[in-house]
Amino acid sequence: MRTEPTPEAIEENSLYRAMGLTDDEYRRVVERLGRRPNYVETGLFGVLWSEHCSYKSSRAYLKKFPTSGPQVLQGPGENAGVVDIGDGIGIAFKMESHNHPSAVEPYQGAATGVGGILRDVFTMGARPIAFLNSLRFGPLEDGHTRYLFANVVAGIGGYGNCVGIPTVGGEAVFDPAYTHNPLVNAMCVGMLPADAIATGAAKGVGNPVFVVGSRTGRDGIHGATFASTDNPKEKERSAVQVGDPFLGKLLMEACLELISTGAVVGIQDMGAAGLTSSSAEMASRAGGGVELYLDLVPCRESGMSPYEMMLSESQERMLVVMEKGQESLAFDILHKWDLQVEEIGKVTDDGRLRLLFHGDVVADVPVSLLVDEAPVYQRCVVDRYHQPGLDVSLPVPSSNWEAAWLELLAHPTIADKRWIYQQYDTSVRASTLVGPGSDAALVLVPGTQKAVAMATDGNGRYVYLNPRVGGAIAVAEAARNVVCSGARPLALTNCLNFGNPEKPAIMRQFADAVEGMGEASRALDVPVVSGNVSFYNETGGTDIFPTPVVGVVGVLDALNRATPSSFQGDGHEVVLVGVDERGLDGSLYWQLQAGKPAGDAPYFRIEEEVRVQKLVQAAIAAGYVLAAHDVSEGGLAVALAEMAVGRGVGVQAQLIAGSPAGAFFGEAQGRILLEVADGQLETLQALAAAKEVPCQRIGRTGGAMVSMTVGSTDAMNVAVARLASVYNATLPERMNEPIAP
Amino acid sequence: MKWAVIVFPGSNCDEDAANAIVRVTGDSAVLVWHQQTSLEGYDAIVLPGGFSYGDYLRSGAIARFAPIMTAVHEQAQRGVPILGICNGFQVLTEAGLLPGGLLRNADLHFHCKMVELEVLNNRTPFTSAYQLGEIIRVPIAHGEGRYHADEETLTGLKEGDAVAFQYVENPNGSAMGIAGIVNERGNVLGMMPHPERAVAEFMQSEDGARLFQSVHDYVLAKEVSHAH
Repeated sequence: MRTEPTPEAIEENSLYRAMGLTDDEYRRVVERLGRRPNYVETGLFGVLWSEHCSYKSSRAYLKKFPTSGPQVLQGPGENAGVVDIGDGIGIAFKMESHNHPSAVEPYQGAATGVGGILRDVFTMGARPIAFLNSLRFGPLEDGHTRYLFANVVAGIGGYGNCVGIPTVGGEAVFDPAYTHNPLVNAMCVGMLPADAIATGAAKGVGNPVFVVGSRTGRDGIHGATFASTDNPKEKERSAVQVGDPFLGKLLMEACLELISTGAVVGIQDMGAAGLTSSSAEMASRAGGGVELYLDLVPCRESGMSPYEMMLSESQERMLVVMEKGQESLAFDILHKWDLQVEEIGKVTDDGRLRLLFHGDVVADVPVSLLVDEAPVYQRCVVDRYHQPGLDVSLPVPSSNWEAAWLELLAHPTIADKRWIYQQYDTSVRASTLVGPGSDAALVLVPGTQKAVAMATDGNGRYVYLNPRVGGAIAVAEAARNVVCSGARPLALTNCLNFGNPEKPAIMRQFADAVEGMGEASRALDVPVVSGNVSFYNETGGTDIFPTPVVGVVGVLDALNRATPSSFQGDGHEVVLVGVDERGLDGSLYWQLQAGKPAGDAPYFRIEEEVRVQKLVQAAIAAGYVLAAHDVSEGGLAVALAEMAVGRGVGVQAQLIAGSPAGAFFGEAQGRILLEVADGQLETLQALAAAKEVPCQRIGRTGGAMVSMTVGSTDAMNVAVARLASVYNATLPERMNEPIAP
Repeated sequence: MKWAVIVFPGSNCDEDAANAIVRVTGDSAVLVWHQQTSLEGYDAIVLPGGFSYGDYLRSGAIARFAPIMTAVHEQAQRGVPILGICNGFQVLTEAGLLPGGLLRNADLHFHCKMVELEVLNNRTPFTSAYQLGEIIRVPIAHGEGRYHADEETLTGLKEGDAVAFQYVENPNGSAMGIAGIVNERGNVLGMMPHPERAVAEFMQSEDGARLFQSVHDYVLAKEVSHAH
């Protein structure tokens, strides 16, 4: 073992800086501790006070999210949030980012992202039932982007397929803003008895503490601090952890079996900052302390130091506190699954995290100082966000509408995503009612007549153009997708992917986006029950689009109200619900025309959004609706084409004269297209009038063409088969090109 | 009747298979742990899909050494119907209960989608409820499903009528478009597609149901003929 620097040397040579602490933070540790921390202790503070673990830049803002409601069984603060869907069933869910590791080592970065979020959910005692993922990459013309994209998709599949949880939804967006900082956000949804939520508190003095699962190795040391710095040159592939989905599957089965015995007092995944964060956070939740005997930690190699053990991010490990006297249950169950289990410590009541090694105390620090007193920064924020799209001059739109339409359908952000999701097992568990490719996924809840609905969304371009409105739209759109599937949105999780928080303009994006998200989640009654923040998504001084990704979970109370997003047949009425607003602000159409995002965020009014979503819920519940699809990227023309290509059903739509480009491609929010059975139109319109929602019949399904006319002069008319071939060709064609690691 | 569904570490379609059996046949389906050594009293045995032992070394290569596999061999010799689905098919080839092997898909990607299969032999315990030449829809979900065998074996399979299911459009580069084969005696079937995921309307196909029904009918008919 190398000799570790002395506390004096750490201070004199400012060694703490390389361990993730600033000068101020180090001084604060010394002052509060009353002495200089030793090497191990400095390491503990370095990781727990990192942005990744402490949320020091974001915490002040996250308090603004609404987090409660009668449907919330568990809000933020635990490993995952839980909502009540009735029948005594809770749904646990959370989303997490794995952006930085995926940019460096895409397969393992993505795979361990899936593994980590899986553990967060089964830690709650929930049986995982679905994965979703939200991806952002640069343009696929770039060989390195294709390499990243192909390997991220393979990594997500590699882990998710092996553990036997279906991947049922998500989105993928391709924009130059993400070329150097791809985003990989993974969401997991699980099911549990509403009255049996397991938590991560180390309670009960004298209770034994176990480490279970994989052995601890030297991999991933400093993963948490790695994610909290922006210098890509310093990022080594070797700092990325390596996942073992087989072990992850066994660990899931063993932990669920162990939790079901009722003898587990507290359980926590060892994610970022491994043993350090799991032990300190569990002690903090219980308001007590933990003592660990590091000689007992099962290690992969000999000679590992306490510092390495505490900071290792080896995957597939859990920390479990059992009821004293019930130790044998842990040994029996873990051994049945051929998993490592070792008693390594005990719960104390002295409020300290104390580590012993070779009989010496190698660290002894107050838990509250590590966790609760981590610094909170009021980062510098510019007074007003300069909306970059307002300066962009717009080219005169060409009136070759059909060419623009096909260009949008072929854009990888819009185009068919089968190339991605056919690499995921979407039907294992045999409960997938609606898988990828629809507005929201629906997964059956066994033993009930219900399904869980889930969707992710988050348009970074809108947030970049107007953070507050864009943040609100992210929430509204994810909820709207759930509504289109026939379900009732209940709550949300999020991943807040932003640039460098030390830049005042980025903090303004963050502050405003959070504000907007909070407003929308309050208005739509979808409180925030879990989430995660990923800062420093910047390279060479350029930041990504601020990209809050929102995952909404809802419940479908009657299975016969599951609503598809494509036209079901000929001769049905097509109705546009919501205002016929034709602005092109923030649209992909304008971005493609101008070469960069242009204008403000799209038209959005939260009161109108709420009314539209309520109306569509009521219409679906009443049984008028055959299909529903929201108008989003690419506008009404793309939405109609998407509804048509699903089952090859044509449509003829006619809109009143005015702003043809906006009518075709505008992305004004709060609009949903409905396919309504013959004879139900008047009933729907009466319902809409009563709820004060604009609702206009725009056409009728049928035929082999999709035609759209605005007034009497501007028209598009393309065969469904042609639209489908353009829509389906993009990803397979682009991904046939060679990749460049 | 009573079915056994074998659970290896890493099996993940075990419960789906058991649920499908119960849903389709009303029979009982018992999950049998890989450490067990006996399969006495079971009328049919399923080796389910998943990633037994993480597919380490080669898919199915480690599972074949599990204690339960001795009992699977014994029951195979007795003529008990044994169905290997996906990873179960891989285990059966590794265990020598079926010829050939399963390699990585030709394009190296995992594929999950609904495919069409042609029924090439409906005179097995698993396929009697299908019409000969019938096209059925059953989903696949695998990364290593490319059936491979030497020419002699392939000729033998063809001449022995051992190809039970053939892909209408070959999704993975399998030799002769093979999706499922039976052994010479006809009581061991291995197939890559997942019939347990095609047994209800919401699954977009119910064509897998008749496979379980065929086995059920076969076992009951055998019991009746024994009783006479």
